[in-house]
Amino acid sequence: MTVRVPNRTRAASSLKRVTTAAVLAAAVVACGPSYFEIPIETPIRPKMDVSPFQRVLVAGFVAGGSDDVDTNLETVRLLRSQLRTKSSLRVIDADVMPLIEIAQDQNRSSVDGQAAGDASRGGGDSGADPLALPKTIRDEKDLEPYERLFANTAYWKTIGEEFQNPLIVTGTVLFAPKTSNSIVQRDQEVFDSFGRRRTVPTRTFMERKGFLLQPKFVFIDGRTGTTMYSERYREEILYNAQQNTPALSSYFELMDRLVPNFLSALSSQKIKGTRVLLN
Amino acid sequence: MALRLLACVVVALLSASPAAADARSDAKEQVSFGIAVAQRGLWREAIYRWERAVEIDPTYASAFNDLAIGYEHEGQLDKARKAYEKALQLDPDNVQIRQNFELFKEINDRTSAEQDARSQ
Repeated sequence: MTVRVPNRTRAASSLKRVTTAAVLAAAVVACGPSYFEIPIETPIRPKMDVSPFQRVLVAGFVAGGSDDVDTNLETVRLLRSQLRTKSSLRVIDADVMPLIEIAQDQNRSSVDGQAAGDASRGGGDSGADPLALPKTIRDEKDLEPYERLFANTAYWKTIGEEFQNPLIVTGTVLFAPKTSNSIVQRDQEVFDSFGRRRTVPTRTFMERKGFLLQPKFVFIDGRTGTTMYSERYREEILYNAQQNTPALSSYFELMDRLVPNFLSALSSQKIKGTRVLLN
Repeated sequence: MALRLLACVVVALLSASPAAADARSDAKEQVSFGIAVAQRGLWREAIYRWERAVEIDPTYASAFNDLAIGYEHEGQLDKARKAYEKALQLDPDNVQIRQNFELFKEINDRTSAEQDARSQ
């Protein structure tokens, strides 16, 4: 038996369906998506005003910590090459300054001057030399006495005059081997009785070896010899004790992390990110 | 009869008159236009539109959020912070505005720390 649906009921039902569809379509057209992801680049101003300078001299660094890398030479080379491509300043090509020797020469003349003064006043040997500079740099403490080199404005002014008043970049760099014995969490692969694989986090005691990089960049105004700005960084990298990674490769890996910060002191940087625009 | 009624409903829905629009829908138009031009890289025009939107409807949180993003993109970080704060004040539970603001603060706080270090 078939039941005949009255025409009016069928028309009403179809009208309801079509109206609902139209309302939904209109809503979609009117509203659309309510948010949009958009890439943005936030400009960050440089930390220093370098507008008075056209040229930059990466002079050299008081460096030490490892005998496997000539940290002074490598740091100067790397920073010069980065500045050449990523800053508007012209990079001066000059011999890398052996700052440890320079600091020790300055120290000797200062001690000699002091001794001459003591002798003329009739004083004797006053014991340990308070201005002593360690010849070999092994750790952070060895670098501390060298800090006074950067405060010697007369010296840096002379260097500035020699190179026609550039911005001078100098500082200290400690690149030293580091060992760490600690508990490390790792994912371990295990198979159950059915042969199914899963990973389980396990904590194991591990000996790891690597390097520590601790530079301090000092920016000196070549016109006056005074320090304009300085900043200190610390980065380290550790590998399994069995892994044999060359020191130079670790040095570059660590410097790679620091170079953007170094460059942001001199030139404006753009930080890329994503935001959500809302409608 | 049914078809005529249906046609009326569709026409009424699709041709909503701008004259009948309130402040929010005017502001919404500005915001949508701003988004379209920002997506084409015309950020100054976008900022102009979003500024209009917040003038028309000062309670429109999304407009303040978009304006903050525009200011951020132009490096006007103080203005961006104020706009984000206003957006959050108007819609404190909006996760997307909060997330945008957190990302902004990450950059802005770093810059401020650097400026503090410079002034020391």
